[in-house]
Amino acid sequence: MNRRLSAAITAGVILAVILAIYIGGTFLPESALRADFSQKGLPPSASHIFGTDFLGRDMFTRTVKGLSISLVIGAAASVISAFIALAVGVTAAMGRGWVDHAVNWFIDVFMSVPHTVLIILISVALARGVKGMLVGVAVTHWVGLARIIRGEVMQIRGRQYIAASRRFGKSPLWIARKHILPHMVPQFFVGLILLFPHAIMHESGLTFLGFGLPPEQPAIGIILSESMKYISGGAVWLAFFPGLSLVVLVLLIDKLGNTIRYLLEPREAQL
Amino acid sequence: MSKLKPIAVYIARGITLLLAVSICSFILASASPINPETRYRLSHPGVSDEKVAQMRDYWGIDEPPVQRYLGWLGGILRGDWGKSTSYRQPVLDVIGVRFKTSLALMLTAWTLSGLFGFGIGSLMAVFRGRPLDRIVKRVCLFMCSIPTFWIGLVFLAVFAAMLGWFPFGLAVPAGVPPEQVTLGQRIHHLILPALTLSFLSFSNLALHTREKLIDVYDSDFALFARARGESDTKILFRHGIRNALIPAITMQFGSFAELFGGSVFAENIFSYPGLGAAVSVAGTGATDIPLFLGIVMFSACFIFAGNLIANILTNLIDPRTKEAAR
Repeated sequence: MNRRLSAAITAGVILAVILAIYIGGTFLPESALRADFSQKGLPPSASHIFGTDFLGRDMFTRTVKGLSISLVIGAAASVISAFIALAVGVTAAMGRGWVDHAVNWFIDVFMSVPHTVLIILISVALARGVKGMLVGVAVTHWVGLARIIRGEVMQIRGRQYIAASRRFGKSPLWIARKHILPHMVPQFFVGLILLFPHAIMHESGLTFLGFGLPPEQPAIGIILSESMKYISGGAVWLAFFPGLSLVVLVLLIDKLGNTIRYLLEPREAQL
Repeated sequence: MSKLKPIAVYIARGITLLLAVSICSFILASASPINPETRYRLSHPGVSDEKVAQMRDYWGIDEPPVQRYLGWLGGILRGDWGKSTSYRQPVLDVIGVRFKTSLALMLTAWTLSGLFGFGIGSLMAVFRGRPLDRIVKRVCLFMCSIPTFWIGLVFLAVFAAMLGWFPFGLAVPAGVPPEQVTLGQRIHHLILPALTLSFLSFSNLALHTREKLIDVYDSDFALFARARGESDTKILFRHGIRNALIPAITMQFGSFAELFGGSVFAENIFSYPGLGAAVSVAGTGATDIPLFLGIVMFSACFIFAGNLIANILTNLIDPRTKEAAR
């Protein structure tokens, strides 16, 4: 089996796992999360592999549900973020000198406040809740990708076919659409997937602090902040396994992004 | 003189950045629907409209936004940052007291992550390509994906709940008057949050240092040194460290933003009464806008200071920039 095929299989397996988490969490019947006081506070065992919480709910089911919520919000936030990055990156590279300077200055403004504080500020400005957090995460994650895309466009801009196009009297917008954007497709997709883990971590972090999802949702952040009350009593599994699953999901998506980059640009990327 | 010019330019740029931050955060904060009026109506049910109008006048809500902004900015410059509604104290006092507590935590974590990051990075570079390097590199990449708040919970569970080595939180033992708290007790309370916080940047720094050192090992002067009979460790001490130290220091000073953001989580988990914990107090419940804006401005200054120090240090320490300026 060559490396390309094995990379494709890796990507397929990871996609299947992510899809399974999403489907499993989204179509979970309400009854699976019902409280069952005869089963409360059980450590992990064969029937409840992540244990149960202090209302007798199975932690594994709650974790899967939480991860599926994280996936949806992470996807929405990283798609918005990636489009902002594309627009900003292409504008900065295609515009005149002052446009580039203005964009860079704006990015510096963005970077001069800690992300966590900025997301909280945006979420407060939008009355907290899911919408506030989604916008907050979406508008703070484009910076890195925008810089990458700007660099790429800068390289392509100097090519001869762009110069030829310009001599033919094509407008910058036409050149951007026909000659630049198609080149950006791989960068864009890989960048989008690699934004995902950051978005998910910030989402659960914010929810953990009490700014994101409402407490009745079984999001990972909520599960972890609830678990803080019980850790001192020794119920360590309440925090350990849900958080570990989040880390594993993040690592899987990271791996997926790098594998897809390898598949799209085999000469530049390494596994 | 020529050495100072880039720094002066940098400071001027920083001032425009801080102004922009103040404008943006002020706009965001005034756009919030959680404003004094809605809060006042909630806390005083059945209040008459005249009373609300009176209060609006008192808060100055009906003034044009530009005038309000200039008033606020003028206050910031004069040292009057407004009054925190949740602590009922001037914002500057709250920030001052809490930042002092946070500083102990952040400084410890920052030093720890710097030392460990650089040390482990050097170790990986010396053993480059061998199993030890590959395993440690894997671990570092894994650690980059761990959220601060989860590792904090795990530390809390393992070292405080299961082993009982460290207290569950707070900066000092509960119920002890402040003047009787010993330094040992403070350090005992500091260790877990500091470890949590240093987890954040240490693997990044280690990977970065590894890359830089491997560049050194691949260089011609390292090859020549090897030809003279120097061992890998000797090359590290004679040629590697000085080359890798400057980017590492720059990176450490440039990580103030992550440090501050991480302290929000670390302090919340360990109920550590610092500035990070104040961020979530200011943001939740009845939003404490004056304090929150104050913290935004303060954190921007903090990060700017970090970047400025990084800038000055690279300009002063690195002999190569000296030559370039000549």
